[in-house]
Amino acid sequence: MTNLVEVKDLEVHFPIKRGVLFDRVVGHVKAVDGVDLTIVKGKTYGLVGESGCGKSTLGRALLQLTPPTGGEVVFDGVPLTSLPPKQLRAMRRRMQMIFQDPMSSLDPRMNVESILTEGLRAHGVGGNRTERRAVIAKTLDAVGLPRWALSRYPHEFSGGQRQRIGIARALVLGPELIVADEPVSALDVSIQAQVVNLLDELQDQLGLTYLVIAHDLAVVRHISDTVGVMYLGALVEEAAADDIYATPLHPYTRALMSAVPVPDPDVEDRRERILLAGDLPSPANPPSGCRFHTRCPWAQPTRCRDERPALRVIGTATHRVACHWAEDIEAGRLRPHSVEASLVTPPEMAGAKEAQGALESALENPGGPVI
Amino acid sequence: MSTKIDKIDRLSELSAAKDDERGVSLWTEAFRRLRRNPAAITGAVILLLFVIVAILGPILAPFTPTDPSGIREGVVKSGQGIIPGPTGDHWLGYDHQGRDFFSRMLVGARQTLLVGVISTLIGLTIGALIGGVAGAAAGLGGRVGRWIDVVLMRIVDMLLALPSLLLAVSIAALLGASLTTVMIAVGMVSVPVFARLLRGSMLAQAGGDYVLAATSLGVKRNTIALTHILPNSLAPVIVQATLTLATAIIEAAALSFLGLGNPDSAIPEWGVMLADAQPYLGIRPGLAIWPAAAIIVTALGFTLLGEALREALDPKLRK
Repeated sequence: MTNLVEVKDLEVHFPIKRGVLFDRVVGHVKAVDGVDLTIVKGKTYGLVGESGCGKSTLGRALLQLTPPTGGEVVFDGVPLTSLPPKQLRAMRRRMQMIFQDPMSSLDPRMNVESILTEGLRAHGVGGNRTERRAVIAKTLDAVGLPRWALSRYPHEFSGGQRQRIGIARALVLGPELIVADEPVSALDVSIQAQVVNLLDELQDQLGLTYLVIAHDLAVVRHISDTVGVMYLGALVEEAAADDIYATPLHPYTRALMSAVPVPDPDVEDRRERILLAGDLPSPANPPSGCRFHTRCPWAQPTRCRDERPALRVIGTATHRVACHWAEDIEAGRLRPHSVEASLVTPPEMAGAKEAQGALESALENPGGPVI
Repeated sequence: MSTKIDKIDRLSELSAAKDDERGVSLWTEAFRRLRRNPAAITGAVILLLFVIVAILGPILAPFTPTDPSGIREGVVKSGQGIIPGPTGDHWLGYDHQGRDFFSRMLVGARQTLLVGVISTLIGLTIGALIGGVAGAAAGLGGRVGRWIDVVLMRIVDMLLALPSLLLAVSIAALLGASLTTVMIAVGMVSVPVFARLLRGSMLAQAGGDYVLAATSLGVKRNTIALTHILPNSLAPVIVQATLTLATAIIEAAALSFLGLGNPDSAIPEWGVMLADAQPYLGIRPGLAIWPAAAIIVTALGFTLLGEALREALDPKLRK
């Protein structure tokens, strides 16, 4: 079992700029804020989390498409984060990406042949035109597209076929790692299964390693060996797929899993659901301590507020949880309590507290001067 | 499942065999849409006539457009306000110097087309160059690229800040009155429009997923800018070029009218003819109405085609 990808303390902070003539950085959106994970060669790592938790940014930062602001990504022993641009470009051959929206990720003015040869050309692979054609034909067969697709343009295909083109483009260079960012969420449910199975088959045939980013828990469970759950830019729990679905340990994962409906009406009726109060806090102004404490039904007065929990092994060797009280919650020593939904302050409001105060005082004495 | 896929493939192959072998590119599809649009056809017919007249004008003209035969024969006495109107021989009558007006109208089309096309080409080339570099730099060039973009765009803004006619007049005054001057002046006026348009369009495309996809394939940035971003950004620029042709003709006419055009008024040009007609408006308004109508109809043709092209190329109307 060798690790293909090692991510250490990865950070992606986007500056919030303000100013008329010269930009002034007034804060950072911490899209990814200290993530550690390893992806084992030939396995699938599934990344789940609600929208806005930074899972897509993590995928892009891993491929150096969005430059990370901190931390390290090591791919097959090579540290990508410190690689000069030229060598990074050469490395891209070994790691590819599949996008969520197959329409917008395919150049509308290129036919399928040009789309597929582009990568080969960029890396000078495949020699002349006939050799390239042979490589492309093989790839088309692998993803289940007919030969006549070559001269067609993306807008002439259905959604599922387009995603197959996207997969073919990723495969044509013979990569080892594929980052699939929501590969099926833009597709019809009937097509989703086809594409998921295709990804599965390709992994068996070609020995691919996947990082699958999704918010569909069923898809992730089906395809993944290891599942990581993200909340507000950080991993909160990571375990083998069956393990995490059977015994979720982090309160957030529990809430997430309890939202999955069970296809049995009796069980479904008795199913206990954990409803989270409030919204996802702003990543520009994340809560102190545990990121989840503002919404956690098990939040405790000590530690949760002021100490950020690190991922630690609990139970089986591969199960890692970032919660101070995971054991106590699992053993039933802590009971869930109700949570008051707290107001989420958007980043641009952070500096506007005085203005709000002035507005309130103006409302209290209507006769007084306005501000 | 694979047998099922095979079956589906065979079926789709059968249906594909029915229509033509090659795929339909977006340009082809836009052209098909264009052909079904009556406005586009009207515009195209007007422009076709205009181009034919421009090319064949000297052959079609019944008289020599520079020959003051009216004065020689004593029919035209513009000093006394006698300029005869249309007759059987001279369909639109004479101008103030006794030249056949219909012949002058036909021959004048060539100059007008030349001014419109060349000045638009000047504006398009310079503008697209500036805008293309700025857009590519801002979209893909990182921090250095953003500075290149800022510098180029401020230069363009300076051009844009001057009123177009004032800019054209000052350029014309700088270079001296001639036809080339008019072309350069009118071209320079449209430079900032093309530059801003292409830059904005390229910036929008640079954020697209397919650019990210190309980056992740390992395609070089210059190649991405040229093969992905530029072709996808061209549609609005082409539309703008057709629309600019119309305004360029009008602006060139305005400059000629102000006396900044070709000083040799022997070579007919619609704008100059319009200017020359000024003193005789009361006697023979036809001298102004015909060139004005010709300019308007030509501009209308370009505008109709341009608007139809915009509709045909609009990605929102696709699918």
